[in-house]
Amino acid sequence: MLGKLTLSAIPLDVPILVGTFSGVVIVALAVLGAITYFGKWGYLWREWLTSVDHKRLGIMYIVLALVMLFRGFADAIMMRSQLALAYNGNPGYLPPHHYDQIFSAHGTIMIFFMAMAFMTGLLNVIVPLQIGARDVAFPFLNSLSFWMTTISAVLINVSLFIGEFAQCGWLVYPPLSEQQFSPGVGVDYYIWAVQLAGVGTLLTGVNFFVTIVKMRAPGMGWMQMPVFTWTAFVTVVLIMAVFPVLTVTLGELALDRYLGMHFFTNDGGGSVQLYLSLIWTWGHPEVYILVLPAFGVFSEITQTFSRKPLFGYRVMVYATLAIGVLSFIVWAHHFFTMGAGPNVNAFFGVATMIIAVPTGVKIFNWLFTMYKGRIQFNGMMYWVMGFMITFSIGGMTGVMLAMPAADFVLHNSLFLIAHFHNVIIGGVYFGYVAGLNFWWPKVLGFKMNEAWGKRAFWCWFVGFYLAFVPLYIAGFEGMTRRMNHYDNADWHVQMQIAALGAAVIAVGVVCQLMQIYVSIRDRNLPESRDFTGDPWNARTLEWSMSSPPPAYNFAILPDIHGIDTFHTEKQLGRRSYEARFSPRSTCRKTRLPVSLSVPSASYSALQRSGTSGGLQHSPLPACSRQSSCAASTMMWIIMSRSAKSNATRPIMSAH
Amino acid sequence: MSQASTHQHEGESHGSFASYIIGFVIAAILTVAAFAIVEMHLMSPGMTFGVISALAVVQIFVHLIYFLHMNSSSSQSWNNTAFAFAVICVLIIIGGTIFIIHDVSMNMMSR
Repeated sequence: MLGKLTLSAIPLDVPILVGTFSGVVIVALAVLGAITYFGKWGYLWREWLTSVDHKRLGIMYIVLALVMLFRGFADAIMMRSQLALAYNGNPGYLPPHHYDQIFSAHGTIMIFFMAMAFMTGLLNVIVPLQIGARDVAFPFLNSLSFWMTTISAVLINVSLFIGEFAQCGWLVYPPLSEQQFSPGVGVDYYIWAVQLAGVGTLLTGVNFFVTIVKMRAPGMGWMQMPVFTWTAFVTVVLIMAVFPVLTVTLGELALDRYLGMHFFTNDGGGSVQLYLSLIWTWGHPEVYILVLPAFGVFSEITQTFSRKPLFGYRVMVYATLAIGVLSFIVWAHHFFTMGAGPNVNAFFGVATMIIAVPTGVKIFNWLFTMYKGRIQFNGMMYWVMGFMITFSIGGMTGVMLAMPAADFVLHNSLFLIAHFHNVIIGGVYFGYVAGLNFWWPKVLGFKMNEAWGKRAFWCWFVGFYLAFVPLYIAGFEGMTRRMNHYDNADWHVQMQIAALGAAVIAVGVVCQLMQIYVSIRDRNLPESRDFTGDPWNARTLEWSMSSPPPAYNFAILPDIHGIDTFHTEKQLGRRSYEARFSPRSTCRKTRLPVSLSVPSASYSALQRSGTSGGLQHSPLPACSRQSSCAASTMMWIIMSRSAKSNATRPIMSAH
Repeated sequence: MSQASTHQHEGESHGSFASYIIGFVIAAILTVAAFAIVEMHLMSPGMTFGVISALAVVQIFVHLIYFLHMNSSSSQSWNNTAFAFAVICVLIIIGGTIFIIHDVSMNMMSR
């Protein structure tokens, strides 16, 4: 029944894995035991695991991303400590077989299951709220996407304890990943996990594309969309364009491995170059898929805490679109050294350098947004400013790598590793963490702790430079990536500093855990609890509703007149608490508000049945009650509207 | 010819019997022509390759217009946008890949 699976597939001979496995089992038993002890299985199943609510799915995506961050970060710590030790005859503590799996898993997990999951989580939580929609276009599909991603994340972690993981890097280049050189199950784990997650992401892309195109609130034209939604839109278009390429490419690799075909083999007419070209046709837009929503987060945070409208909204939108288009024609810069002539290399090199222009435009837009603003220097602005500095450096080293002549020196060296961590940590990760801090009160109803957030920022910021500047230097000194051990004394110093940097980042990760813990512990303090739904005095629509938002988001669909309508209305005094939270509905046909002047008895009966009203904000522990109550509120609104149809008809005809 | 049906199904038209017949006849002629050129050795191999590629492209458009009912009406604007998007993606991916692979092939003397 188990086929080739035997006990020998379980690596009992590797003490690190046995220790990890015991740890995972103990934690898992503790979690499962706690759920059983508190009798939360039914709640978990009904309210979360089977939920199709975009906010719930978004939270689950972000939880998945944070768990995967720890897995990926554990890999990073192991690599850095191995390289600090494995010098001059010392083999270190990770044999090559294990070490190769670790660097492959680190990349795969960080991109597909940390960054992509985090990005999808933020999109899920925020985009429908920002455009005034009641859910995404296909809620069930959304849930399916999430579970496909989760199952592939589980699959990749199972490979730790049963069998092995791929040992040929995070993009499993052939011919190394072909049957001939990787006969084990590692590459198969990779193919199945990434295929599932990739299809899940593609479905998410379609889902959010339709949501943004079709479900914007009345009056919200394209140029009235919040910048985060714009970046999300370009991201999902890129997803729809390139994820099929990933699926096909890995499908062909699977055919090579399973059915003896020759797409990418050395013999039989296969072309390794074709795999590289195809995988980077997906892979390069992928990094813009990750970073564009982060740009959106920075835009939202900068304008909110500079107390100014975003500088150059239109330019920002056009820059986003330009990046989206350009990201599609630069992929060959990942393999300048593979033998293409000057025509190809010059074209792709120049295209790559041009991307720096719209990106630079964005940086200046954020700077000018801050210029003469009344800036609030809170934790989120720390992340934004840390991003601007770090990402600019990363962008400049990127332009260096975009020169084919320089790339021949730097290709596959640690300089490259330092560059892409520079843009992915400094751009993507800083952005997502800032977004988590920014939207946390919206989703959960209380703010995150500032002090621990700032500590986390400083550790990440300083730790990042300590960990990656030495890698730039080691790259210049000729050290290549994916090295298990070495005997160059110059590199050794750099590796030791880098390991120190990784340790500082580890402190940052602990600070972030503490931040989450302290925030939840102090959630009922008056300074944490968000009673208004708009704790930052922000500009976009998601802040017009209670925190956390009711399950149906908008009882009354908002009417949009321009960019930041919500902010304009606040300034005009049209956004009183009463106006926002009194139960009303929207006529489906005319989109006009319909007042529900039902007898108060029925509403209080509703409140009794569902305890706190769905339209009032409910604290976190009451989340379970909230959705059932919200559902009954919706029922009540629908029923009373049909009963009142005579009363609403004159309004409809008047329109 | 399909204006009446768009009224009932927003944004969709289903064509008429006549349009299907026209489409079928054109598609059949194009297919037979392609096979005939290959089977009867009417042209040189290079010429044959070019002509049947051209016939294939025409065939695609016949299918799009007569069977998938794409036209320039406003109800079709999203379909046309999606089609243009797909064409651009295909051109970039296939064109770019050929550009790169061909160049490498020339340089690496793999002919």
